[in-house]
Amino acid sequence: MSQTVLNCGYVPLVDCAPLVIAKELGFAAEEGLALNLVRQPSWSALRDMLALGHLDAAQMLSPMPVAMSIGFGGLPAQVDTLMVLSVNGTVFGVSNDVAADLGAVPFGDAKALLSALSARKDAKLRVGVPFHYSMHRLLLSYWTSIAPDLQIEEITVPPPRMADAVADGFVDAFWVGEPWGSVAVGQNVAQLMMTGKDVWQFAPEKVLAARHDWVEGHEDAAARLMRAVFKASAWLDARKNTPLAVEILARSEHLSMSPDLIDPALSGDIVTKHNTAPTHVGRFLQFHKHAATFPWRSQAAWIASQLGADGAGIEKAMACVRTDLYRQNLAGIGADMPGASEKKEGALHFETAVASTRGHMILAPDAFFNGRTFDFSSK
Amino acid sequence: MNQNLRILVVEPDPERVRAIIDALKDAGWSDVKALAHMSALDRTVKEFAPDIVLIDLANPDRDTLEHIFDATETSKRAVALFVDQTDDTLTQAALNAGVSAYVVDGLKMERIKSVLETAIARFKIMRQMQSELDAAKQALEDRKTIDRAKGILMRQRGLSEEDAYNLLRKTAMSQNRKVIDVALALVTAAELLL
Repeated sequence: MSQTVLNCGYVPLVDCAPLVIAKELGFAAEEGLALNLVRQPSWSALRDMLALGHLDAAQMLSPMPVAMSIGFGGLPAQVDTLMVLSVNGTVFGVSNDVAADLGAVPFGDAKALLSALSARKDAKLRVGVPFHYSMHRLLLSYWTSIAPDLQIEEITVPPPRMADAVADGFVDAFWVGEPWGSVAVGQNVAQLMMTGKDVWQFAPEKVLAARHDWVEGHEDAAARLMRAVFKASAWLDARKNTPLAVEILARSEHLSMSPDLIDPALSGDIVTKHNTAPTHVGRFLQFHKHAATFPWRSQAAWIASQLGADGAGIEKAMACVRTDLYRQNLAGIGADMPGASEKKEGALHFETAVASTRGHMILAPDAFFNGRTFDFSSK
Repeated sequence: MNQNLRILVVEPDPERVRAIIDALKDAGWSDVKALAHMSALDRTVKEFAPDIVLIDLANPDRDTLEHIFDATETSKRAVALFVDQTDDTLTQAALNAGVSAYVVDGLKMERIKSVLETAIARFKIMRQMQSELDAAKQALEDRKTIDRAKGILMRQRGLSEEDAYNLLRKTAMSQNRKVIDVALALVTAAELLL
Protein backbone atom coordinates (compact mmCIF):
# COMPACT_ATOMS: atom_id res chain seq x y z
CA MET A 1 0.00 0.00 0.00
CA SER A 2 1.46 3.34 -0.94
CA GLN A 3 1.62 5.81 1.89
CA THR A 4 0.33 9.34 1.86
CA VAL A 5 3.19 11.78 2.38
CA LEU A 6 2.33 14.47 4.87
CA ASN A 7 4.60 17.42 5.70
CA CYS A 8 4.17 18.55 9.26
CA GLY A 9 6.08 21.49 10.73
CA TYR A 10 7.35 21.60 14.29
CA VAL A 11 9.69 23.56 16.54
CA PRO A 12 12.16 21.43 18.52
CA LEU A 13 10.80 21.63 22.08
CA VAL A 14 9.99 18.73 24.38
CA ASP A 15 6.28 19.15 23.79
CA CYS A 16 6.56 18.23 20.10
CA ALA A 17 6.75 14.68 21.52
CA PRO A 18 3.35 13.50 20.19
CA LEU A 19 4.48 14.17 16.63
CA VAL A 20 7.86 12.50 17.09
CA ILE A 21 6.29 9.48 18.80
CA ALA A 22 3.59 9.21 16.11
CA LYS A 23 6.37 8.92 13.57
CA GLU A 24 9.03 6.93 15.46
CA LEU A 25 6.71 4.34 17.02
CA GLY A 26 4.86 3.78 13.78
CA PHE A 27 1.44 5.19 14.72
CA ALA A 28 1.53 7.30 11.56
CA ALA A 29 2.66 4.40 9.37
CA GLU A 30 -0.21 2.27 10.78
CA GLU A 31 -2.54 4.93 9.44
CA GLY A 32 -0.89 4.79 6.04
CA LEU A 33 0.96 8.07 6.52
CA ALA A 34 4.56 8.84 5.68
CA LEU A 35 4.87 11.60 8.28
CA ASN A 36 7.58 14.00 7.24
CA LEU A 37 8.48 16.18 10.23
CA VAL A 38 9.91 19.48 9.05
CA ARG A 39 11.88 21.42 11.65
CA GLN A 40 11.23 25.18 11.69
CA PRO A 41 13.64 27.85 12.91
CA SER A 42 10.99 30.20 14.30
CA TRP A 43 7.25 30.42 14.87
CA SER A 44 6.97 33.14 12.22
CA ALA A 45 8.68 30.89 9.68
CA LEU A 46 6.45 27.95 10.62
CA ARG A 47 3.34 30.10 10.26
CA ASP A 48 4.40 31.40 6.85
CA MET A 49 5.28 27.93 5.55
CA LEU A 50 1.90 26.62 6.66
CA ALA A 51 0.02 29.58 5.22
CA LEU A 52 1.91 29.37 1.92
CA GLY A 53 1.18 25.67 1.53
CA HIS A 54 4.68 24.34 2.09
CA LEU A 55 3.45 22.46 5.12
CA ASP A 56 0.25 20.42 5.26
CA ALA A 57 -0.05 20.64 9.02
CA ALA A 58 1.95 21.99 11.93
CA GLN A 59 2.45 22.07 15.66
CA MET A 60 1.46 25.58 16.70
CA LEU A 61 1.31 27.64 19.84
CA SER A 62 -2.36 27.52 20.81
CA PRO A 63 -2.93 31.28 20.28
CA MET A 64 -1.54 31.19 16.73
CA PRO A 65 -4.57 29.77 14.85
CA VAL A 66 -6.80 32.06 16.92
CA ALA A 67 -4.72 35.14 16.10
CA MET A 68 -4.60 34.22 12.41
CA SER A 69 -8.36 33.64 12.27
CA ILE A 70 -9.04 37.04 13.79
CA GLY A 71 -6.43 38.63 11.51
CA PHE A 72 -3.82 39.62 14.12
CA GLY A 73 -0.18 39.67 13.06
CA GLY A 74 1.51 38.29 10.00
CA LEU A 75 -0.06 36.46 7.13
CA PRO A 76 -3.81 36.44 6.78
CA ALA A 77 -4.86 32.80 6.46
CA GLN A 78 -7.65 30.63 7.71
CA VAL A 79 -6.03 28.01 9.91
CA ASP A 80 -8.00 25.41 11.86
CA THR A 81 -7.15 23.84 15.21
CA LEU A 82 -7.66 20.08 14.79
CA MET A 83 -6.76 19.01 18.31
CA VAL A 84 -4.64 19.94 21.31
CA LEU A 85 -1.13 18.43 21.33
CA SER A 86 -0.16 19.36 24.88
CA VAL A 87 -1.51 21.04 28.00
CA ASN A 88 0.72 23.10 30.34
CA GLY A 89 4.48 22.47 30.34
CA THR A 90 5.90 25.99 30.62
CA VAL A 91 7.98 27.55 33.39
CA PHE A 92 8.52 31.05 34.74
CA GLY A 93 12.00 31.83 36.02
CA VAL A 94 13.96 34.85 37.18
CA SER A 95 17.64 35.75 37.04
CA ASN A 96 19.70 34.94 40.13
CA ASP A 97 19.88 38.66 40.90
CA VAL A 98 16.11 39.06 40.90
CA ALA A 99 15.76 35.82 42.89
CA ALA A 100 18.04 37.30 45.56
CA ASP A 101 15.77 40.38 45.79
CA LEU A 102 12.68 38.25 46.21
CA GLY A 103 13.77 36.30 49.25
CA ALA A 104 11.87 33.16 50.18
CA VAL A 105 8.85 32.73 47.95
CA PRO A 106 7.37 29.23 47.89
CA PHE A 107 7.72 27.56 44.48
CA GLY A 108 4.47 27.69 42.53
CA ASP A 109 2.73 30.41 44.56
CA ALA A 110 1.65 32.83 41.83
CA LYS A 111 0.12 35.39 44.21
CA ALA A 112 3.06 35.50 46.64
CA LEU A 113 5.45 35.79 43.70
CA LEU A 114 3.49 38.68 42.26
CA SER A 115 3.58 40.51 45.61
CA ALA A 116 7.29 39.90 45.99
CA LEU A 117 8.00 41.14 42.46
CA SER A 118 5.85 44.25 43.04
CA ALA A 119 7.72 44.99 46.28
CA ARG A 120 11.13 45.12 44.57
CA LYS A 121 12.83 48.51 44.40
CA ASP A 122 13.05 48.28 40.64
CA ALA A 123 9.43 48.03 39.54
CA LYS A 124 10.37 47.20 35.97
CA LEU A 125 10.79 43.61 34.87
CA ARG A 126 11.96 42.63 31.39
CA VAL A 127 10.48 39.24 30.65
CA GLY A 128 11.55 37.04 27.75
CA VAL A 129 8.77 35.15 25.97
CA PRO A 130 9.10 32.93 22.87
CA PHE A 131 6.52 34.59 20.65
CA HIS A 132 3.95 37.35 20.80
CA TYR A 133 1.06 34.97 20.08
CA SER A 134 1.96 32.38 22.70
CA MET A 135 0.24 31.02 25.81
CA HIS A 136 3.40 32.10 27.69
CA ARG A 137 2.77 35.73 26.81
CA LEU A 138 -0.97 35.53 27.52
CA LEU A 139 -0.45 33.90 30.93
CA LEU A 140 2.17 36.53 31.77
CA SER A 141 -0.23 39.36 30.87
CA TYR A 142 -3.15 37.74 32.67
CA TRP A 143 -1.11 37.06 35.81
CA THR A 144 0.49 40.52 36.04
CA SER A 145 -2.68 42.41 35.11
CA ILE A 146 -3.72 42.45 38.78
CA ALA A 147 -0.41 44.09 39.82
CA PRO A 148 -0.63 47.66 38.51
CA ASP A 149 2.66 48.70 40.16
CA LEU A 150 4.65 46.09 38.31
CA GLN A 151 5.93 47.27 34.93
CA ILE A 152 6.40 44.37 32.57
CA GLU A 153 8.36 44.73 29.37
CA GLU A 154 7.77 41.73 27.14
CA ILE A 155 10.72 40.82 24.94
CA THR A 156 10.57 38.10 22.33
CA VAL A 157 13.59 35.82 22.64
CA PRO A 158 14.05 32.55 20.73
CA PRO A 159 13.86 29.84 23.45
CA PRO A 160 17.31 28.33 22.75
CA ARG A 161 18.79 31.77 23.54
CA MET A 162 16.79 32.35 26.73
CA ALA A 163 19.55 31.21 29.11
CA ASP A 164 22.09 33.48 27.38
CA ALA A 165 19.63 36.38 27.42
CA VAL A 166 19.37 36.04 31.21
CA ALA A 167 23.13 35.61 31.60
CA ASP A 168 23.78 38.75 29.50
CA GLY A 169 21.27 40.76 31.51
CA PHE A 170 19.13 41.25 28.41
CA VAL A 171 16.09 39.97 30.32
CA ASP A 172 15.38 39.74 34.08
CA ALA A 173 12.96 36.86 33.82
CA PHE A 174 11.45 34.50 31.27
CA TRP A 175 8.44 32.39 30.51
CA VAL A 176 9.53 29.49 28.36
CA GLY A 177 8.80 25.90 27.37
CA GLU A 178 11.01 22.99 28.35
CA PRO A 179 13.86 22.21 28.11
CA TRP A 180 14.93 25.84 28.08
CA GLY A 181 13.98 26.60 31.68
CA SER A 182 16.00 23.61 32.87
CA VAL A 183 18.87 24.71 30.64
CA ALA A 184 18.96 28.13 32.34
CA VAL A 185 18.97 26.47 35.77
CA GLY A 186 21.64 24.02 34.61
CA GLN A 187 23.85 26.95 33.61
CA ASN A 188 23.20 28.51 37.03
CA VAL A 189 21.92 31.78 35.58
CA ALA A 190 18.30 31.58 36.74
CA GLN A 191 15.91 30.11 39.24
CA LEU A 192 12.47 28.72 38.37
CA MET A 193 9.65 30.28 40.41
CA MET A 194 6.51 28.57 39.14
CA THR A 195 5.05 26.70 36.20
CA GLY A 196 2.34 27.82 33.79
CA LYS A 197 -0.26 25.74 35.58
CA ASP A 198 0.17 27.86 38.70
CA VAL A 199 -1.58 30.63 36.76
CA TRP A 200 -4.01 28.47 34.77
CA GLN A 201 -4.23 24.84 35.76
CA PHE A 202 -5.27 23.55 32.35
CA ALA A 203 -3.83 25.80 29.66
CA PRO A 204 -3.76 24.45 26.09
CA GLU A 205 -0.13 24.91 25.07
CA LYS A 206 0.43 23.48 21.58
CA VAL A 207 -2.16 22.49 19.01
CA LEU A 208 -2.20 20.56 15.77
CA ALA A 209 -3.16 23.01 13.05
CA ALA A 210 -3.79 22.94 9.33
CA ARG A 211 -5.05 25.35 6.70
CA HIS A 212 -8.82 25.33 6.46
CA ASP A 213 -8.83 24.74 2.70
CA TRP A 214 -6.29 21.92 3.03
CA VAL A 215 -8.50 20.21 5.61
CA GLU A 216 -11.51 20.53 3.32
CA GLY A 217 -9.63 18.89 0.46
CA HIS A 218 -7.83 16.24 2.54
CA GLU A 219 -10.37 15.05 5.08
CA ASP A 220 -9.01 11.54 4.99
CA ALA A 221 -5.36 12.52 5.50
CA ALA A 222 -6.39 14.89 8.30
CA ALA A 223 -8.35 12.10 9.98
CA ARG A 224 -5.41 9.71 9.77
CA LEU A 225 -3.01 12.30 11.18
CA MET A 226 -5.37 13.01 14.06
CA ARG A 227 -5.72 9.31 14.87
CA ALA A 228 -1.94 8.77 14.79
CA VAL A 229 -1.33 11.74 17.08
CA PHE A 230 -4.13 10.66 19.42
CA LYS A 231 -2.58 7.19 19.79
CA ALA A 232 0.87 8.70 20.32
CA SER A 233 -0.45 10.99 23.04
CA ALA A 234 -2.12 8.04 24.82
CA TRP A 235 1.17 6.13 24.70
CA LEU A 236 3.09 9.15 26.01
CA ASP A 237 0.79 9.67 28.99
CA ALA A 238 1.22 6.11 30.28
CA ARG A 239 3.64 6.54 33.14
CA LYS A 240 5.42 3.26 32.42
CA ASN A 241 6.39 4.53 28.99
CA THR A 242 8.12 7.69 30.24
CA PRO A 243 11.69 6.30 30.39
CA LEU A 244 11.36 4.83 26.91
CA ALA A 245 9.79 8.05 25.62
CA VAL A 246 12.80 10.01 26.94
CA GLU A 247 15.13 7.57 25.16
CA ILE A 248 13.24 7.74 21.85
CA LEU A 249 13.04 11.53 21.90
CA ALA A 250 16.73 11.85 22.79
CA ARG A 251 17.79 9.49 20.01
CA SER A 252 15.50 11.05 17.45
CA GLU A 253 17.08 13.42 14.97
CA HIS A 254 14.09 15.72 15.50
CA LEU A 255 15.04 17.10 18.90
CA SER A 256 18.85 16.86 19.16
CA MET A 257 18.75 17.04 22.96
CA SER A 258 20.31 14.91 25.65
CA PRO A 259 18.02 12.71 27.80
CA ASP A 260 18.63 14.75 30.95
CA LEU A 261 17.11 17.78 29.21
CA ILE A 262 14.02 15.88 28.10
CA ASP A 263 13.38 14.02 31.35
CA PRO A 264 12.20 16.92 33.59
CA ALA A 265 9.27 17.84 31.36
CA LEU A 266 8.08 14.26 30.90
CA SER A 267 8.60 13.13 34.50
CA GLY A 268 7.52 16.40 36.12
CA ASP A 269 10.66 16.32 38.29
CA ILE A 270 11.89 19.88 37.86
CA VAL A 271 15.11 21.26 39.27
CA THR A 272 14.18 24.81 40.20
CA LYS A 273 17.55 25.95 41.51
CA HIS A 274 21.07 24.97 40.53
CA ASN A 275 22.48 22.03 42.51
CA THR A 276 19.30 21.30 44.44
CA ALA A 277 17.02 18.27 44.42
CA PRO A 278 14.15 18.30 41.92
CA THR A 279 10.63 19.28 42.92
CA HIS A 280 7.87 17.04 41.61
CA VAL A 281 5.19 18.98 39.74
CA GLY A 282 2.03 16.98 39.15
CA ARG A 283 0.45 17.38 35.68
CA PHE A 284 3.42 19.47 34.60
CA LEU A 285 2.93 18.54 30.94
CA GLN A 286 -0.10 16.58 29.81
CA PHE A 287 -0.66 14.92 26.48
CA HIS A 288 -3.72 12.76 26.84
CA LYS A 289 -5.48 12.21 30.15
CA HIS A 290 -8.54 14.25 31.14
CA ALA A 291 -9.46 14.92 27.51
CA ALA A 292 -6.21 16.88 27.09
CA THR A 293 -6.37 16.47 23.30
CA PHE A 294 -9.93 17.81 23.06
CA PRO A 295 -9.88 21.28 21.50
CA TRP A 296 -12.36 23.09 23.73
CA ARG A 297 -13.99 25.97 21.90
CA SER A 298 -14.04 27.86 25.19
CA GLN A 299 -10.22 27.69 25.33
CA ALA A 300 -10.02 29.43 21.96
CA ALA A 301 -12.57 31.97 23.18
CA TRP A 302 -10.46 32.69 26.26
CA ILE A 303 -7.39 33.17 24.09
CA ALA A 304 -9.29 35.51 21.77
CA SER A 305 -10.61 37.57 24.67
CA GLN A 306 -7.11 37.89 26.13
CA LEU A 307 -5.89 39.05 22.73
CA GLY A 308 -8.45 41.83 22.97
CA ALA A 309 -10.88 40.47 20.38
CA ASP A 310 -14.48 41.71 20.32
CA GLY A 311 -17.54 39.47 20.18
CA ALA A 312 -17.14 38.88 16.46
CA GLY A 313 -13.47 37.97 16.95
CA ILE A 314 -14.36 35.49 19.68
CA GLU A 315 -16.91 33.92 17.34
CA LYS A 316 -14.23 33.54 14.66
CA ALA A 317 -11.82 32.03 17.18
CA MET A 318 -14.40 29.45 18.22
CA ALA A 319 -15.19 28.66 14.59
CA CYS A 320 -11.58 27.74 13.79
CA VAL A 321 -11.67 24.95 16.39
CA ARG A 322 -12.70 21.73 14.67
CA THR A 323 -14.50 19.85 17.43
CA ASP A 324 -16.65 18.43 14.63
CA LEU A 325 -13.64 16.66 13.09
CA TYR A 326 -12.35 15.60 16.49
CA ARG A 327 -15.66 13.92 17.29
CA GLN A 328 -16.04 12.41 13.84
CA ASN A 329 -12.47 11.11 13.47
CA LEU A 330 -11.60 9.93 16.95
CA ALA A 331 -14.83 8.38 18.27
CA GLY A 332 -14.10 5.20 16.28
CA ILE A 333 -10.78 4.55 18.05
CA GLY A 334 -12.09 4.77 21.56
CA ALA A 335 -11.79 8.45 22.40
CA ASP A 336 -14.35 9.41 24.99
CA MET A 337 -16.09 12.65 24.03
CA PRO A 338 -17.32 15.33 26.41
CA GLY A 339 -21.04 16.10 26.09
CA ALA A 340 -20.39 19.77 25.31
CA SER A 341 -17.64 21.45 23.27
CA GLU A 342 -17.44 24.40 25.63
CA LYS A 343 -16.88 24.54 29.34
CA LYS A 344 -16.86 27.33 31.87
CA GLU A 345 -13.11 27.99 31.90
CA GLY A 346 -11.68 28.23 35.38
CA ALA A 347 -14.63 26.60 37.13
CA LEU A 348 -12.96 23.34 38.13
CA HIS A 349 -10.89 23.35 41.32
CA PHE A 350 -10.75 19.55 41.63
CA GLU A 351 -10.95 16.57 39.34
CA THR A 352 -14.57 16.51 38.28
CA ALA A 353 -16.77 13.98 36.50
CA VAL A 354 -18.76 15.39 33.59
CA ALA A 355 -21.17 13.88 31.09
CA SER A 356 -19.55 12.16 28.13
CA THR A 357 -20.50 9.82 25.32
CA ARG A 358 -19.53 6.82 27.43
CA GLY A 359 -21.28 7.99 30.58
CA HIS A 360 -18.84 10.27 32.31
CA MET A 361 -15.27 11.43 32.02
CA ILE A 362 -12.97 12.99 34.58
CA LEU A 363 -11.78 16.49 33.80
CA ALA A 364 -8.70 17.91 35.47
CA PRO A 365 -8.80 21.15 37.48
CA ASP A 366 -8.73 24.22 35.22
CA ALA A 367 -8.89 27.03 37.80
CA PHE A 368 -7.09 30.35 37.39
CA PHE A 369 -4.77 31.59 40.15
CA ASN A 370 -7.16 34.43 40.97
CA GLY A 371 -10.29 32.29 40.92
CA ARG A 372 -11.91 34.00 37.95
CA THR A 373 -14.19 32.03 35.65
CA PHE A 374 -14.98 32.66 32.00
CA ASP A 375 -18.26 31.58 30.47
CA PHE A 376 -18.43 32.01 26.71
CA SER A 377 -21.44 29.77 26.07
CA SER A 378 -24.11 32.21 27.20
CA LYS A 379 -24.08 34.18 23.95
CA MET B 1 13.89 53.73 -7.02
CA ASN B 2 16.98 52.84 -5.04
CA GLN B 3 17.68 56.22 -3.53
CA ASN B 4 17.19 56.93 0.15
CA LEU B 5 16.11 53.44 1.01
CA ARG B 6 17.40 52.34 4.39
CA ILE B 7 18.23 48.67 4.57
CA LEU B 8 18.98 46.72 7.74
CA VAL B 9 20.77 43.37 7.43
CA VAL B 10 20.34 41.03 10.41
CA GLU B 11 23.04 38.41 10.06
CA PRO B 12 25.57 37.00 12.56
CA ASP B 13 28.15 35.78 10.02
CA PRO B 14 30.50 38.71 9.23
CA GLU B 15 31.63 37.29 5.89
CA ARG B 16 28.11 36.92 4.71
CA VAL B 17 27.32 40.44 5.91
CA ARG B 18 30.21 41.78 3.81
CA ALA B 19 29.05 39.88 0.73
CA ILE B 20 25.48 41.11 1.15
CA ILE B 21 26.51 44.72 1.73
CA ASP B 22 28.78 44.61 -1.33
CA ALA B 23 25.97 43.24 -3.44
CA LEU B 24 23.61 45.92 -2.16
CA LYS B 25 26.12 48.69 -2.83
CA ASP B 26 26.72 47.38 -6.35
CA ALA B 27 22.98 47.51 -6.87
CA GLY B 28 22.88 51.16 -5.77
CA TRP B 29 21.79 50.88 -2.17
CA SER B 30 24.28 52.54 0.14
CA ASP B 31 22.28 53.30 3.26
CA VAL B 32 22.82 49.88 4.75
CA LYS B 33 23.34 48.85 8.34
CA ALA B 34 24.26 45.40 9.56
CA LEU B 35 23.39 43.91 12.91
CA ALA B 36 24.75 40.67 14.32
CA HIS B 37 23.04 40.44 17.67
CA MET B 38 19.39 40.71 18.65
CA SER B 39 20.08 42.68 21.82
CA ALA B 40 20.43 45.87 19.76
CA LEU B 41 17.57 45.05 17.40
CA ASP B 42 14.84 46.98 19.16
CA ARG B 43 16.89 50.18 19.43
CA THR B 44 18.26 49.88 15.91
CA VAL B 45 14.84 49.42 14.36
CA LYS B 46 13.58 52.50 16.20
CA GLU B 47 16.60 54.72 15.53
CA PHE B 48 17.61 53.63 12.04
CA ALA B 49 13.98 53.13 10.95
CA PRO B 50 14.81 50.80 8.07
CA ASP B 51 12.52 50.64 5.06
CA ILE B 52 13.47 47.06 4.50
CA VAL B 53 15.03 44.40 6.69
CA LEU B 54 16.96 41.44 5.31
CA ILE B 55 17.05 38.37 7.50
CA ASP B 56 17.75 34.71 6.87
CA LEU B 57 14.63 32.56 6.88
CA ALA B 58 16.48 30.18 9.21
CA ASN B 59 17.36 32.94 11.67
CA PRO B 60 15.42 32.41 14.93
CA ASP B 61 15.58 36.18 15.59
CA ARG B 62 12.76 36.50 13.09
CA ASP B 63 10.20 36.14 15.94
CA THR B 64 11.90 38.97 17.83
CA LEU B 65 11.89 41.16 14.74
CA GLU B 66 8.23 40.47 14.17
CA HIS B 67 7.34 41.42 17.74
CA ILE B 68 9.25 44.71 17.41
CA PHE B 69 7.38 45.46 14.18
CA ASP B 70 4.08 44.62 15.89
CA ALA B 71 4.92 47.20 18.52
CA THR B 72 5.89 49.82 15.94
CA GLU B 73 4.30 50.40 12.57
CA THR B 74 4.28 47.00 10.93
CA SER B 75 2.56 48.04 7.78
CA LYS B 76 5.30 50.48 6.91
CA ARG B 77 8.11 47.97 6.90
CA ALA B 78 9.18 45.21 4.58
CA VAL B 79 11.02 42.11 5.59
CA ALA B 80 13.03 40.18 3.05
CA LEU B 81 13.98 36.65 3.85
CA PHE B 82 16.99 34.79 2.62
CA VAL B 83 16.83 31.10 1.98
CA ASP B 84 19.67 28.94 0.83
CA GLN B 85 17.88 27.35 -2.07
CA THR B 86 16.16 29.22 -4.81
CA ASP B 87 12.52 28.42 -4.48
CA ASP B 88 10.56 30.34 -7.04
CA THR B 89 7.19 28.85 -6.13
CA LEU B 90 7.65 29.95 -2.56
CA THR B 91 8.82 33.40 -3.62
CA GLN B 92 5.81 33.75 -5.87
CA ALA B 93 3.42 32.46 -3.22
CA ALA B 94 4.82 34.95 -0.71
CA LEU B 95 4.49 37.78 -3.19
CA ASN B 96 0.95 36.79 -4.15
CA ALA B 97 -0.04 36.55 -0.52
CA GLY B 98 0.91 40.21 -0.30
CA VAL B 99 3.01 39.79 2.78
CA SER B 100 5.95 41.95 3.58
CA ALA B 101 8.11 38.85 3.36
CA TYR B 102 10.14 38.07 0.31
CA VAL B 103 12.47 35.26 -0.40
CA VAL B 104 15.91 35.76 -1.84
CA ASP B 105 18.54 33.21 -2.64
CA GLY B 106 21.12 34.28 -0.10
CA LEU B 107 24.00 32.58 -1.83
CA LYS B 108 23.55 34.13 -5.25
CA MET B 109 24.45 37.73 -4.67
CA GLU B 110 23.92 38.65 -8.32
CA ARG B 111 20.23 37.99 -7.83
CA ILE B 112 19.83 40.33 -4.88
CA LYS B 113 19.21 43.37 -7.03
CA SER B 114 16.44 41.89 -9.16
CA VAL B 115 14.67 40.13 -6.31
CA LEU B 116 14.89 43.12 -4.00
CA GLU B 117 13.57 45.40 -6.70
CA THR B 118 10.58 43.09 -7.20
CA ALA B 119 10.08 42.96 -3.46
CA ILE B 120 10.23 46.70 -3.04
CA ALA B 121 7.96 47.36 -6.00
CA ARG B 122 5.45 44.93 -4.61
CA PHE B 123 5.78 46.46 -1.18
CA LYS B 124 5.14 49.93 -2.58
CA ILE B 125 2.01 48.71 -4.34
CA MET B 126 0.76 47.20 -1.10
CA ARG B 127 1.45 50.40 0.78
CA GLN B 128 -0.24 52.43 -1.97
CA MET B 129 -3.30 50.17 -1.84
CA GLN B 130 -3.43 50.51 1.92
CA SER B 131 -3.27 54.29 1.82
CA GLU B 132 -5.88 54.41 -0.94
CA LEU B 133 -8.10 52.20 1.16
CA ASP B 134 -7.60 54.46 4.15
CA ALA B 135 -8.35 57.51 1.99
CA ALA B 136 -11.52 55.90 0.65
CA LYS B 137 -12.69 55.07 4.16
CA GLN B 138 -11.99 58.63 5.28
CA ALA B 139 -13.87 60.05 2.30
CA LEU B 140 -16.88 57.96 3.19
CA GLU B 141 -16.75 59.17 6.79
CA ASP B 142 -16.41 62.80 5.67
CA ARG B 143 -19.35 62.43 3.35
CA LYS B 144 -21.52 61.17 6.22
CA THR B 145 -20.49 64.08 8.43
CA ILE B 146 -21.28 66.61 5.71
CA ASP B 147 -24.68 64.99 5.10
CA ARG B 148 -25.48 65.24 8.79
CA ALA B 149 -24.42 68.89 8.89
CA LYS B 150 -26.61 69.61 5.86
CA GLY B 151 -29.51 67.83 7.56
CA ILE B 152 -29.11 70.02 10.64
CA LEU B 153 -29.13 73.21 8.57
CA MET B 154 -32.13 72.04 6.55
CA ARG B 155 -34.14 71.28 9.69
CA GLN B 156 -33.06 74.23 11.82
CA ARG B 157 -33.07 76.94 9.18
CA GLY B 158 -35.52 75.51 6.67
CA LEU B 159 -33.00 75.47 3.83
CA SER B 160 -33.01 73.32 0.75
CA GLU B 161 -30.25 70.74 0.47
CA GLU B 162 -28.40 72.81 -2.09
CA ASP B 163 -28.62 75.98 0.01
CA ALA B 164 -27.45 74.08 3.07
CA TYR B 165 -24.40 72.89 1.22
CA ASN B 166 -23.72 76.35 -0.21
CA LEU B 167 -23.90 77.83 3.28
CA LEU B 168 -21.39 75.31 4.55
CA ARG B 169 -19.11 76.00 1.60
CA LYS B 170 -19.36 79.79 1.96
CA THR B 171 -18.67 79.63 5.69
CA ALA B 172 -15.67 77.41 5.09
CA MET B 173 -14.29 79.74 2.41
CA SER B 174 -14.77 82.87 4.47
CA GLN B 175 -13.00 81.28 7.46
CA ASN B 176 -10.33 79.69 5.32
CA ARG B 177 -11.28 76.22 6.56
CA LYS B 178 -12.26 72.99 4.90
CA VAL B 179 -15.93 72.16 4.41
CA ILE B 180 -15.48 68.99 6.41
CA ASP B 181 -14.07 70.95 9.38
CA VAL B 182 -17.03 73.32 9.40
CA ALA B 183 -19.44 70.39 9.07
CA LEU B 184 -17.72 68.56 11.90
CA ALA B 185 -17.89 71.63 14.15
CA LEU B 186 -21.59 72.04 13.35
CA VAL B 187 -22.38 68.38 14.06
CA THR B 188 -20.42 68.48 17.32
CA ALA B 189 -22.11 71.69 18.42
CA ALA B 190 -25.53 70.29 17.52
CA GLU B 191 -24.83 67.16 19.56
CA LEU B 192 -23.99 69.32 22.56
CA LEU B 193 -26.97 71.64 22.19
CA LEU B 194 -29.77 69.38 21.04
